Formats: sequence, structure tokens, C-alpha cells
Amino acid sequence: MTLKLDQVSKKVGGAQHLYPLDLELKPGLNVLIGPTLAGKTSLMRLMAGLDKPSSGRILMDGREVTDMPIQKRSVAMVYQQFINYPSFTVYDNLASPLRLAGLAKAEIERRVREMAALLHLEPYLERLPGELSGGQQQRTAMARALIKDASLLLFDEPLVNLDYKLREELRAEMREIFQRRQAVVVYATTEPLEALLLGGASTVLDAGRVLQHGPTLEVYHRPATVRAGQIFSDPPMNTVLGKVEDGMAWLGEQIGLPLAGHLTDLAPGRYRFGVRANHLFIAPGSAEDVAINAVTQLAEVNGSETFIHITHHDGTYWVVQEEGVHSLGLGKEIQIYVHPRHLFVYDEADRLVAAPRSERRLAATPPEPETRHGAH
Amino acid sequence: MSKRRLGLIIYFTFLLLPLYWMFVMSLQTTESILGGFSLWPRDITLANYTKIFTDQSWYSGYINSIIYVSMNTVISLLAALPAAYAFSRYSFIGDKHMFFWLLTNRMAPPAVFLLPFFQLYSTFGLIDTHIAVAIAHCLFNVPLAVWILEGFMSGIPREIDETAYLDGYSFPRFFLTVFIPLIRAGIGVTAFFCFMFSWVELLLARTLTTTSAKPIAAIMTRTQSAAGLDWGLLAAAGILTIVPGALVVYFVRNYMTKGFALGRV
Repeated sequence: MTLKLDQVSKKVGGAQHLYPLDLELKPGLNVLIGPTLAGKTSLMRLMAGLDKPSSGRILMDGREVTDMPIQKRSVAMVYQQFINYPSFTVYDNLASPLRLAGLAKAEIERRVREMAALLHLEPYLERLPGELSGGQQQRTAMARALIKDASLLLFDEPLVNLDYKLREELRAEMREIFQRRQAVVVYATTEPLEALLLGGASTVLDAGRVLQHGPTLEVYHRPATVRAGQIFSDPPMNTVLGKVEDGMAWLGEQIGLPLAGHLTDLAPGRYRFGVRANHLFIAPGSAEDVAINAVTQLAEVNGSETFIHITHHDGTYWVVQEEGVHSLGLGKEIQIYVHPRHLFVYDEADRLVAAPRSERRLAATPPEPETRHGAH
Repeated sequence: MSKRRLGLIIYFTFLLLPLYWMFVMSLQTTESILGGFSLWPRDITLANYTKIFTDQSWYSGYINSIIYVSMNTVISLLAALPAAYAFSRYSFIGDKHMFFWLLTNRMAPPAVFLLPFFQLYSTFGLIDTHIAVAIAHCLFNVPLAVWILEGFMSGIPREIDETAYLDGYSFPRFFLTVFIPLIRAGIGVTAFFCFMFSWVELLLARTLTTTSAKPIAAIMTRTQSAAGLDWGLLAAAGILTIVPGALVVYFVRNYMTKGFALGRV
């Protein structure tokens, strides 16, 4: 089963929510990543058939479904809010799609028990959704979506309203659940980390446009545009205008790096350079590291790591993600270090011309799902 | 005793005194009512109640009222449920104006509609039927029902509807098996208000009926005769008029609070 969008767009009133886009989604996991208002939900609603596209066609397995009523499509959706039938017990919630499909009672019973076991809902089958915690409610919603073996499964930021601990737990489980499915699974998120943990293919969406589509790791390692790079990094990728001149890459006016490794073949000219925050360090890591003199603006401690916001005196602004808790005084002069091998280079037309080679080599091994830094 | 409690006692005294007085009167004969002043009933008699329950011309008034009130409540709900759903879920040209226009129907005094109604109902031969009164009362009960139900329906996330459609529910099945149970509190409150307004309305009910569908309120006016008013009988009829309303309030009292909280009641 494949889902194909052909020149699909959505306009509501005078506002263009989605610009005409082409997209082909294959069975397996497809992550839709983009900031809020990127059009993720609009796109999913079109895929589900809840809204009609303003133009274009939607094809499932080559068959046009644009005007097909939703009841006839094989689609299930999980929302950001916990949506269940409040007046049905968990058992009846799970059984409802099967009953509508006209399955035998024993078969329904078997499948509900099986799904409840998979999502750890067995003790709650006789309860109403209102009597469950948020995590259990969302599990119920997921179970109901998964139980009917739909060929298109849509998850619209299902973990956003859960607390951190539950989110981690469900995320790990979902990866396993998705892997066993033949369906096209579409999963919308704003978090690059979530996309990397789930793997599969990724589509980067921004302001109603598809910026990039490809295998998740490929998108992570070679973001096609500056904006895609920013969306697929958290905190957003640092970018700075610069140039290549006299065998040196200049980040801004004063930070010069030798053209080595993947930068060797860069032609002279103006470029935009990008460095992920986790590739900037407050201590030199090797002899080739280039120091940047900067002033600290803000240091946020985020769990076991610190985000240090700094400005260079030429006005460029950087965010450094550093392991451990660092208390740095504000307005302090510090030096941060960048290695040329971590640079992303975009030309003036916003096309990726060079991406870190080391990352591409690492791409062969998937990132560790347990750590927050899946892909260094 | 706190000021607050004193205030409440005064309030309830004013509120309940007329009811108490009517109750006292209903247990006495007209002679003893007019005979002298007493705070509690002397010569207690149930003759007034007996008369109402045994005299066909009296109890048929209650039956007529209950018939057209029930009919009206059912019609109002059946008309208002789909309308309220449309107002809460869809946007269409002029939806807000129409919603407000519905409400303005309640602002017009029923007397304005009296003459056209009388003419129309005569033409269709509906005068002195229960359905005539039931339909006439829809004039102010349907807008009210739409208004109350829309509030309850908008409190149900739209995503539940969508999930149901994705699960394969057809609209009628979803509406009856999933949606109605979710707004049953709203339906209870709405039914109560339809009941109440239709039960107390006298002008239209009296004008559109002559004998066979005459409401109790109209029959009560018969107690006036050349010999003066039959105070005891009138009071007993009044007490019996309050009973159905009080019963309905008792059953929907929990839902009412929810309705008030939604600001729609």
C-alpha cells in the first residue's frame, strides 16, 4: 500500500495552508517533521480525507480516493488530544471499529485482548476513558487506531500532551509496534529527536511547503536547505553568512577555517555555513579546532546538558550544546571551538553543497535510541 | 446568627409564603377560607382534590396539558438536535446571524402571533387539537432548545466525530450511539425547559383550544361564577399544577448545574 499525493494544496479562506505538493509515502514509518503551523495537521487531515484538498489528487495504491467518503477508506488517526468515546468502556472503545466491520464476537474479543496486551491496557478494559490517566487514555486511542489494521495510520503529535517520562516510554514501544506493520504510518512531530528515534523516512515541512523528503538519517545528515537543517536540529542549527576566499572558509568576517576534508573542493564565493549546536564545544577537542571568541548571553541548563547562547563581536549569534551542567557568568568572554569537519555549507541559492563526511560514514549505523544525542 | 443566614431566611419566607398559603387554602372549604384568618388550616378537607380527580372536566385539563406539553417537548428536541449539531459543527453563510435570529424569536411576545396563528390553524382545521398547541409552542421552545443544545454540543471535541467516521460509523449511527449519550445532560436540561415553558404558557394554549384540548390553566378560570370564586378548588388546582414541574426539576437537578455552568440556561 502506498499513498501518493499529486499536486495537493489546501487553501482556507485567503490563507494558503499548503502549497501544491507531491509526496509518495511507502509502507513503514514516515515522519512529518516541521515547526508548529508548518501544515502537518492540515496535510494529515487531507490524507485522512477529513478535509478535501483545494486542488490535486490523493491516490492509495494508485486508486484515486480524493472524493471517497472517509468511512470507506482504510484510515485510522490518533490526535494530539486524547480522543476516545467517553461513554464507552476501554473494551468497547477498542471493539467499536471491529463491530462496525461486522466481525464475529469471539474474533473481536480475541483481537481486543491481544491489542490490550500489546499496549498494557488489560487492567483497564472495564473502565471509562475518563477514569484513566493521560498516558492510558492515549494508549487507548492508539490501540483503537491500531486494532482495525487500517492501511493508513496517522499519528498527529500523539505524545505532545504527555509528561516526559510517559513520552519516553511510549516512544520506545511505538517503534516496535510500527515495525511490525505493513501499513503506511505517518507520524507528525516537531522534535528531531523523535524522528531519529523512530527512523523510517522523513518529510520536512515548513510554512506549507515540503522542504525535503528521504530516509530520516539521510535527511538528518544532509539537510537540503538551511531551513531544513534548522528544523531537523534541536536547538536549531547555527548558521552564519560567510565566504570562501584564498583557500580559507570565512564564517562571518573574522573566523577563518582551513579548507580541508569535505570542504576541499569549495569554489570561492559567498556561502552560508551551518553548525549544529552539539558540534560546538567550550574546550578544544583536537589541534584543527578553530576558536571563536564570544560573549555569553544566556546559559540554560536542560537536564544533563547546558545550552549556552553566545554572541561573537561581529554580531553573529551561536548556541552551544554542551554535556554536563555548566554555570557560566553572563557577559563573560569565552572561547568556543568548532572543527571544520562539522560544517554544513549552502550556496547562495540555498542548496547544500557540502555536508560533514564523518556524519555520512556514521550513517551506516543507526543512532542509539536511549541517548538524547542519537547522532553526533 | 449571621447576617447571611438571616437574609436567606427572609428570602425563603418571601419565596415560600405564597406557596404555603395556597396549600393551606387548598385544604379548606371556601367558607372556612373566607370565615376567618388562620396561619394553619382548620377543618382540613380533601374535598377540593377529590373533586379535581373525579370530575372529568377537571382532570381532563391536566391530561390535555400533559399531552401537548409532551408532544411539544418531543417535537422541539427532534427539530433542535440536528439544528444544534449543524450550528455547532459546520460553518455556513449567515450561520451566526441565523443563530441570533432564532433567539430573537423568544423576544417577540406570543400575543403578536396570536391572530395569524388562530387564522392559520382554523384554516387547517387544527383548532382544539393537542398538536395545534404543541406546534404553536415550538415557536419559542425550538430556538431555546437549539441554543441550549448547541452549548452542550460545542463542549464535545469535534475530533470525536471525526474518529467515529474514521472508525466507520455512518452519521446516523454515530449520532445515536455515540453523540447522544455524550450530551444526555444537555438533552435533559433542554427537555425540562421545553416542558416548563409549554406548561405555563396560557395565551396560545387557551386561544387555540375550545373544549377537547383545553389546558388546565384555562379550566381554572371556570372557578369564577356568579356566586364568587371557589377559592379552595382554585388553590388545589394550583398545587397540582406545580407538582409535574417540581418532579421534572427533581430529576434533572444535577444536569441543570452543568447547564448553568455552560452559561446557556
